[in-house]
Amino acid sequence: MLRFIIRRLLITIPTIFVVITLTWGLIRLAPGNFYTAERSIPKAIRENIKEKYGLNKPWYVQYGKAMWPIVRHLDFGNSLKYQGQPVSNIIARSLPVSATIGLLAYLLALILGITFGSIAALKQNSAWDYASMAVAMLGISIPNFVVGPLLVMVFSLSLYWLPPARWGGFWSKSLILPVLTLSGLYMAYIARLTRAGMLEVLRSDYIRTARSKGLRERDVVIRHALRAGLMPVVSFTGPALAFLLTGTVVVERIFALPGLGNYFIQASLNRDEPLIIGIVAFIAITLLLMNLLVDIAYAYLDPRIRY
Amino acid sequence: MSNNNGTLLEVKNLRTYFETEDGTVKAVDGVSFALQRGETLGIVGESGSGKSVTNLSIIRLVPNPPGRIAGGEIVFAGQDLLQLTEEEVRQIRGRRISMIFQDPMTSLNPFMKISRQLMEMTRLHLGHNKAQAYEHAVKMLEMVGIPDARARVEDYPHEFSGGMRQRVMIAMALSCEPELLIADEPTTALDVTIQAQILELIKKLKQRTGTSVILITHDLGVVAGMTDHVVVMYAGKVFERAPTRELFALPGNPYTRGLLRSVPDPTAEQGKLYQIPGLPPDVAHLKPGCPFAPRCDRVAEICRQEFPPFVQLNAEHYSLCHFAAEVYRESQKESSTSL
Repeated sequence: MLRFIIRRLLITIPTIFVVITLTWGLIRLAPGNFYTAERSIPKAIRENIKEKYGLNKPWYVQYGKAMWPIVRHLDFGNSLKYQGQPVSNIIARSLPVSATIGLLAYLLALILGITFGSIAALKQNSAWDYASMAVAMLGISIPNFVVGPLLVMVFSLSLYWLPPARWGGFWSKSLILPVLTLSGLYMAYIARLTRAGMLEVLRSDYIRTARSKGLRERDVVIRHALRAGLMPVVSFTGPALAFLLTGTVVVERIFALPGLGNYFIQASLNRDEPLIIGIVAFIAITLLLMNLLVDIAYAYLDPRIRY
Repeated sequence: MSNNNGTLLEVKNLRTYFETEDGTVKAVDGVSFALQRGETLGIVGESGSGKSVTNLSIIRLVPNPPGRIAGGEIVFAGQDLLQLTEEEVRQIRGRRISMIFQDPMTSLNPFMKISRQLMEMTRLHLGHNKAQAYEHAVKMLEMVGIPDARARVEDYPHEFSGGMRQRVMIAMALSCEPELLIADEPTTALDVTIQAQILELIKKLKQRTGTSVILITHDLGVVAGMTDHVVVMYAGKVFERAPTRELFALPGNPYTRGLLRSVPDPTAEQGKLYQIPGLPPDVAHLKPGCPFAPRCDRVAEICRQEFPPFVQLNAEHYSLCHFAAEVYRESQKESSTSL
């Protein structure tokens, strides 16, 4: 098991470099760059800029210049837009905002999703089942850029209960609407996965055995069915948590939150190359770690799995 | 073998139906039989004949919906199980009636240690504390012949072979000393040498504990060696019911005769193995008349029009056939000439 974890962590390193290289290449492939201004500038100044930032050098020199500090010191350099600010500082400052919203949304989605999914599975084809699955279908099909403004309209602009936007601190009412908006989709997915997983398990032979032993239905479900029924949820929520923690572009945009997602969008619009590469690398690392966590969780949950 | 000290189980006119989009499937339709204490009853039939559903009905584990017990009585030790509340049936399941299923590979929970799965039974029904339940689990595993039981009890099901898992299932089923053990094709998924061991084990434990057994199988060889009485099922109905010896010697139903003829005979000359032509009927769309008529070698006009009567051939021998008496007489003739 330990060897498996070490091996997986070692594989992570080349993967990250492939991701960074691809990102670097894609930025270069798109026309224009950070220094392209809307109004035309004199040729001499353009040449000066090219000279200063090494844009007139061959691509492999530029690539080497971009990669070397990352390889040497994990240093992603300074942002071009936010002058003098290291990329790592920007990430360190915006991550807690994204992670707070993401983690709360994740927990809410997990608790409610599993509850509704289990109820739907246990009362298959009942009103409970149809109601939960209808709501889940809505949650999946309505995009969050619709859900967010709708919630704002109801709870902020009509009822005046909650602030419509902006960051109000780590434990404030301003968290409620973004968390609700963000968790909807995940809650819906988790509810559907739970229902499907539980239905399959509840039909299995060993559940019949458990019932034939005279166990209470509650014990049959909690002790025998839940663990296997939730395996699909485990594999879904690993990557889902990675995305939630590293910020979601749309929700942070709607609610004007200073999170990682918002910086990511800004960086892309500004062609702020070091910041883009830094954030992409960070998201990739988080995702790979979460996938590793899922695999470890699998081995822990299912005794048949050995690495 | 049978020490008749009363009837343990009496199934009367049991009907279990499944509602499907294709219509009502009468999986079990008017099944009756009785089991004496200490006896072994065999239920034989092809796939889909309703034998498993009959037994799931006995412990009321027919999945509902789509299944439901539409009528009849299941009298176990004097009380009709169909009249009990869910809570009351729960106290009988595992404690007084327990089951072993066909596929030992999937019938044990793969996520739980054997110890927990065994302890669960005695803690629930016998009020054992953890230590008692653990000791009991080890003792049961030793009883079913699992080597090094004290170490193996900490293993997970996937660490056991198929035969060993079925032993674990038997240990679990017998851990509360039930009055009735229902074994639903317990050896079908195992290879032949293991089959014999498992059957031998059930036989031995049955003698030791005095448990009555219902053995469901499609293998007539198993029935011959293990049972006192046999019920032959076809299309959700009892086609023939008799003491085992009598059934094998003097079958009173064309279907039973077909089944007996299709058992390979190692002493016979090389030749083709007999098989009953056709397939079992679709119980959702039964035509009037005898359900076996399309496959029967002595079918007559009446068989296609009228449902056959349940004919009593002697004290304990019944057959569902318009020509039961004739078939019975033929069997008698054959057995006297072959002697």
